[in-house]
Amino acid sequence: MSAITLKNIVKEYGDGYAAVNDVSLDIADGEFVILVGPSGCGKSTLLRMIVGLEDITSGELRIDDDLVNDKAPRDRDLAMVFQNYALYPHLTVFENIAFPLRLTKGALSDDEIDARVRRASTLLELDEHLDRKPANLSGGQRQRVAMGRAIVREARAFLFDEPLSNLDAKLRGQMRTEIARMQRTLGTTTVYVTHDQTEALTLGDRVAVLRRGVLQQVASPRSLYEQPVNLFVAGFIGSPPMNFLPGTVGESSISTPFGDLPLTDRLRSAVDGREIVIVGIRPDAFHDVDESDVPDEAVRFEAEIDVTEWLGSELYAYVPFTSHDDVAAKLEELDRDLDGEGMRTQLVVSLDAMSTLTDGDDATLWFDPASAHVFDPETGDNLTRDAERASKLDEHGAKARKRAIERAREKAERGEASVAVPSAG
Amino acid sequence: MLTTKQKVWWALGTVAVLVYALFPVAAIFATSFKPSSELTSGTFLPSSPTLSNYESILAGDAQELFLSSLRNSIGISVISTVLASILATLAAYAIARLDFPGKKLVLMTSLAVSIFPVISIVTPLFNLWRTIGLYDTWPGLIIPYMSLTLPISIWTLTAFFRQIPWELEQAAQVDGATTYQAFRRAIVPLAAPGVFTTALIAFFIAWNDFVYGISLTSTSAARPVPAALAFFTGSSQFEEPTGAISAAAVVVTIPVVVLVLLFQRQIVSGLTQGAVKG
Amino acid sequence: MSATTGPGATSSPTAAPSSSSARNANATSSRKPRRSARRRAEARLGWILAGPAFVVMLAVTLYPILQAVWESLFNYQLTAPDDRTFVGLNNYLVILTDSIFWRAMGVTTLIMVITVAVELVIGFGLAMVMHRALRRLRGLLRTAILVPYGIITVVSAFAWFYAFDTTSGFVNSWFDWVPGISSDLNWFAETPTALIVIMASEIWKTTPFISLLLLAGLAQVPGDLEEAAKVDGATPWQVFKRVIVPNMKAAIMVAVLFRALDAFRIFDNVFIMTQGSAGTEVLALLAYRTSIGQLQIGMGSAISVLLFLCVIVICFIAIKVFKVDLAPAQGGK
Repeated sequence: MSAITLKNIVKEYGDGYAAVNDVSLDIADGEFVILVGPSGCGKSTLLRMIVGLEDITSGELRIDDDLVNDKAPRDRDLAMVFQNYALYPHLTVFENIAFPLRLTKGALSDDEIDARVRRASTLLELDEHLDRKPANLSGGQRQRVAMGRAIVREARAFLFDEPLSNLDAKLRGQMRTEIARMQRTLGTTTVYVTHDQTEALTLGDRVAVLRRGVLQQVASPRSLYEQPVNLFVAGFIGSPPMNFLPGTVGESSISTPFGDLPLTDRLRSAVDGREIVIVGIRPDAFHDVDESDVPDEAVRFEAEIDVTEWLGSELYAYVPFTSHDDVAAKLEELDRDLDGEGMRTQLVVSLDAMSTLTDGDDATLWFDPASAHVFDPETGDNLTRDAERASKLDEHGAKARKRAIERAREKAERGEASVAVPSAG
Repeated sequence: MLTTKQKVWWALGTVAVLVYALFPVAAIFATSFKPSSELTSGTFLPSSPTLSNYESILAGDAQELFLSSLRNSIGISVISTVLASILATLAAYAIARLDFPGKKLVLMTSLAVSIFPVISIVTPLFNLWRTIGLYDTWPGLIIPYMSLTLPISIWTLTAFFRQIPWELEQAAQVDGATTYQAFRRAIVPLAAPGVFTTALIAFFIAWNDFVYGISLTSTSAARPVPAALAFFTGSSQFEEPTGAISAAAVVVTIPVVVLVLLFQRQIVSGLTQGAVKG
Repeated sequence: MSATTGPGATSSPTAAPSSSSARNANATSSRKPRRSARRRAEARLGWILAGPAFVVMLAVTLYPILQAVWESLFNYQLTAPDDRTFVGLNNYLVILTDSIFWRAMGVTTLIMVITVAVELVIGFGLAMVMHRALRRLRGLLRTAILVPYGIITVVSAFAWFYAFDTTSGFVNSWFDWVPGISSDLNWFAETPTALIVIMASEIWKTTPFISLLLLAGLAQVPGDLEEAAKVDGATPWQVFKRVIVPNMKAAIMVAVLFRALDAFRIFDNVFIMTQGSAGTEVLALLAYRTSIGQLQIGMGSAISVLLFLCVIVICFIAIKVFKVDLAPAQGGK
């Protein structure tokens, strides 16, 4: 168990391209940190620098207090689960898990190795597969063998590189819970790379969002969702993504294609003299007037529904609109950063699943202007971010986390560790 | 980014490989420029380089022997390569593309033939060729060369053809091409590099043959270069033919080096194709 | 000559099967087992296309070897063709009780074992250098490596012969500081020194082939396995021994088998350098001298048949004892 400290880490390739640019991050002992971002944002490179598979161009990487910049991977004592699991095809499951222990050459007796492997295999429900070769295992089993190889080391930290991306949706959900449970049981510092925001929000104590090699925001999942620092984070976190509307600032309101937001004190200070802003509203902030009580301060608007998608638990409705020229460029750039296809601009509304709206209907929708974020169209900064609220959410997250770890450790001391890990796929 | 230390290691490694690969060639190259007086000097480089050895094999005493063997080598190797390529292309197409009983047998046979000791075939052929008049003729070498060139051609081409996305042929037909157009425009461009590479490798093998060459020929009527080199004699009984042999060796090595330089990538893929792609 | 052959057995567990083989499998399994007219037509076309090659291969190998077996049963000399008499297995008896044969067998085996072992080590080294080489260097290295491969064996033999020759060579004068080497050392007078030069030429000429096969095998070991092993705490040597070699074992075994068979047939180098003198006679040369040199067709055929049997035995040992898997070499069927 160790703390990992990244200080001004830079990765520059031969052609001068900076894949990771000046990233600083403190990962506390026992913490579960997610590195997330669209493809090519440098998250995997950063992870590979931590583990030692990529050279660090500049900056400092410390594990506890040791500077490990120039240490070989084997001297860093970190365990990693690869995207393709990287199981040794010529070894059995048992030998795959035992592999790191065998390398220590005599430091561990065969009995000790055997005991450790069996402990891990029991924890991961792999006991009956120990004699099989990886080629004969299912995706989920391979995933668990890879985790077994990582935990058997009792390494200083776990590193995961998109470990669930090769699994189907159902298994991914199960393994996600599994990883969370395992990490809580073992209390090992964990760095986890993913492009999947569900994994980011559910697994992490803190989530670090990267964009083009630059760290955008590090915060608890709730704080990230509720108080994003900029357009990029707001657009990346949340599914369906936040709606970005052009907003023209008037005397007493900000007018958008979907109703006018009255300039409350909060908004007035945020706008601060700007004429054009980008208004961000999450899809779940919209409601149908026919199906809910409408509060007084609500902003109502008429919309012609273009397409609806019924998902069982909710209904997505799409309403096209024309973006303002002044913000279109900014939003297109954002879309590119988010791996988007630059498709038409449309409002996405998440309604109750019971809603009977269908394609082509006219509907009256409303939203609470307090849920709207306002962004600077030039810099993309969130002008309405409530830092106090954000830090409160972070604190809350940290506390919940601490309790969870304590509970898990108490349980482990009572010898219930294996019970805490029910079967997965 | 490479550190200086890594750069030094790479430089050393590269130099080591280059020395390994080229030094013996350089040695015989240097020898070929030595005048006969220097052949016993025991030095690597000639102190007064001369072209006299080349003159002797291209225009002088040894001209008859060398040029006729060069003609034989080129003719016999090219013909047997072309024949092997045609037969192997048909066979490999069938193996890669069609499902027929016995295709495994064809593959296994080509594998077995390729490990066949040439010397075991040469004795009966020697006897037979003398009886039916093929001894010391071009066909008398072209036929046994099939045992060298055909198996590897079938093997390599099958591996190549297995990689061709044959759906393209159907796609082209759906797009409106006739059967012939589909084959000509979709498949031939994909198959041609494989056939060419295979032919190149087959040519190297035929060019390299020595056992058939010395066993089944007796005169310059069909004797190929490697065999001729072994029977080179000096201008007088007491003079070693070292210079002439070296010059001849350089001459027959040049086309190989040129082909390697031009088609390095294809040759490597051809040699390893069957080995790893299976 | 070695055929390029080998297994695709080293696939990683996560790697999808190669698209072509998957396609083949689908195409095969989706057809009905019953032999429809379509299938019969396909089978006919298959044999029309593959038949000629098949017949030619049999004609140039199977027929001669059967002929050799037949002739080996006779006392038959071309110098006296009318005195041909059936002697049964007598020729074999003579050969197998002759120390010349056993000596040639010993020398051949020695050459095979040593050259293959040395080639494996050097070949691995070359393959590693090429595998890790920067893109800029890779082309240069491969081109250089292919030069020995493309050079005629006889030329290689002459190059090495002249380099070591007492009168024309430079080796003696360059290396006279090495104990045992002096300016008048005649390398081709003694068995061990002659064999060293013969093997050097053989190794130089054929290592590129083995290294290319090993390079192809290396390329099949997924890069993340090496990375995983590094993270798991392996030293570079441990990565090589415990991860790389086991995962390309099939490629190694096939390369070794084909090179061993090739080395067992060694002829050109010995013929050029010593003609079998100084105790360097090998089996192929013995067969050649007996039948082509002395025109003893019956006896020469018997040696040829024995050489052929040796090759079969080596194959058999490789497949049964060392479990060289040639099955994938048939294209994953």
